[in-house]
Amino acid sequence: MELVMSLSIEILTAILATGLLIIGLVTPKDQRRGIGYLTTAGLLGILGATLFMNNVDKTLLDGMYIIDPYSTFFKQLFLLAAILVSVGSYDYIRRLGYNQGEYFSLLVYATLGMMILASAGDLITLYLGLELMTITFFILTAYRKKDAKSSEAGIKYVILGAMSSAVLLYGLSLIYGATGTTVIKDIAAALQQDIQPIMLLGTIFVLVGFGFKISAVPFHMWSPDIYEGAPTPVTGFLAVASKAAGFAAMIRLFIIALPALQSYWVVIVMVLAAFTVLFGNFVAIPQTNIKRLLAYSSIAQAGYLLFGLVAYSALGVAAILFHSILYVFANLGAFIVVIAFGNHTGSDEIKDYSGLARRSPLMAAVMLLSLLSLAGIPPLAGFVSKFYLFTSIIDKGYFWLAFVGIGMSMVSVYYYLVVVKVMYMGEPPEDSEPIKLPVSIQAALYVTMFITVFFGIYPSPLTNVALSVAKAFFPF
Amino acid sequence: MITLNHYLILGAVLFCIGLYGALAKRSAVAVLMGIELMLNAVNINLLAFNRFLTPDKMVGHVFAIFVIVVAAAEVAVGLALVINIYRDRSTTMVDDFDWLKW
Repeated sequence: MELVMSLSIEILTAILATGLLIIGLVTPKDQRRGIGYLTTAGLLGILGATLFMNNVDKTLLDGMYIIDPYSTFFKQLFLLAAILVSVGSYDYIRRLGYNQGEYFSLLVYATLGMMILASAGDLITLYLGLELMTITFFILTAYRKKDAKSSEAGIKYVILGAMSSAVLLYGLSLIYGATGTTVIKDIAAALQQDIQPIMLLGTIFVLVGFGFKISAVPFHMWSPDIYEGAPTPVTGFLAVASKAAGFAAMIRLFIIALPALQSYWVVIVMVLAAFTVLFGNFVAIPQTNIKRLLAYSSIAQAGYLLFGLVAYSALGVAAILFHSILYVFANLGAFIVVIAFGNHTGSDEIKDYSGLARRSPLMAAVMLLSLLSLAGIPPLAGFVSKFYLFTSIIDKGYFWLAFVGIGMSMVSVYYYLVVVKVMYMGEPPEDSEPIKLPVSIQAALYVTMFITVFFGIYPSPLTNVALSVAKAFFPF
Repeated sequence: MITLNHYLILGAVLFCIGLYGALAKRSAVAVLMGIELMLNAVNINLLAFNRFLTPDKMVGHVFAIFVIVVAAAEVAVGLALVINIYRDRSTTMVDDFDWLKW
């Protein structure tokens, strides 16, 4: 019974997902609008339930499943992202006109996969959560099945995603072989003696596998194509939540299980981080499609998040937590604008955003604030979180990496401002009319805007939470 | 006498063949078969480690069963997507999936 209570969040999420699937099948076709609202309401309820779990710190099932403040923090992040994405999906999915129940059900299943990933205390659980998330995303990516781009993105994602899973799994099998256990805590204990070459090989394979999932350069090549082809709400969810989930598992595995190999993996992570930040920002400059631009910018953001892992300190982990939650709001704010704009005009090209400020001041303002927050301009929230990330690596003496990060932040301001220039300085097309937004989208936009500004001006409540979570997770 | 090393070498060879198949084959179905080979190489590894290192615990077996189940789910979704794109373009060659620029 205690086990059921501890797992209540995951159980509720599974019930919600399965329930949505059933409801989608039994309701008549013209009454399926409500399924989206039901999803949002259900996710809000589960988010409320997680607030009671904030201080729970338990290890269940012989170490296979861990519920600690760290995993609860990430679960809240995934739920927030899922809520925003579900709100952004109402109109988009209704336009598709088929399988609304399945779409929202898959969205919740993906969230469940992320939760399991964040709570995984064992390599088997980790793999299971990862695959639940990834396989669900395969289907979601190809959800516009009659659209050639979407189905192509889906098949590319299946091939590359499955291949990266296989590489990751091979690494996990080698780690199991070297230590004789799959429980993350016991792996660290087994590594007290000398380190075998097989262990190093396993670590490298695992790093490559996670590099794919968080789209770190040079394992990023799948993401721009898939981000462009996937339905826009799915792209937003993929860019934000699946990346955060990859980080959640990666941090736990590398910091808790593999501290003995820290001197080895930190070098690789450092190189990956530097390349990711450089490449993501430079390649974003010539993009003409807003979804591809956001894809490359999210590659760059993954590089900044890797800085926190390089730092290998409580401050670094806190900075990752803080940055990833603000990244949820900034990036999803931008994506909801892209969804609403796409619903209205059917286009994702940056040049069509011309004069958006006059057609819809709210959309332009949210886009502006989200992009500036992603670039790290004060007083927006992105500045504070990048400040913490850079501080954490400077504390450890990696000045050159901090310089790369700061320099590339300046580069990123350029391509973000190109979009802003088109929106504010461009002329709207001749026959254009003001864009009317549904109330739900407006509400979501106001929320993202408020949070991006609020935590930029007054970050301490959130930084205190992030720091206390990170300190509990990383006591040394 | 067959030792752990023999199994590990078999696993590594199988993994490399699978990786080669996944990277070099042109048909999407053959690519999926290559990925299956990679996953089965992992299963050989897991079972060999379990047999030779921790024969009294069944962790490796359990892991391998999970891998088999998940691989089946993955391929089911993968083949469904291959059929979906075949209906659209009448081809399953990976080279032809170039509408999105790489």
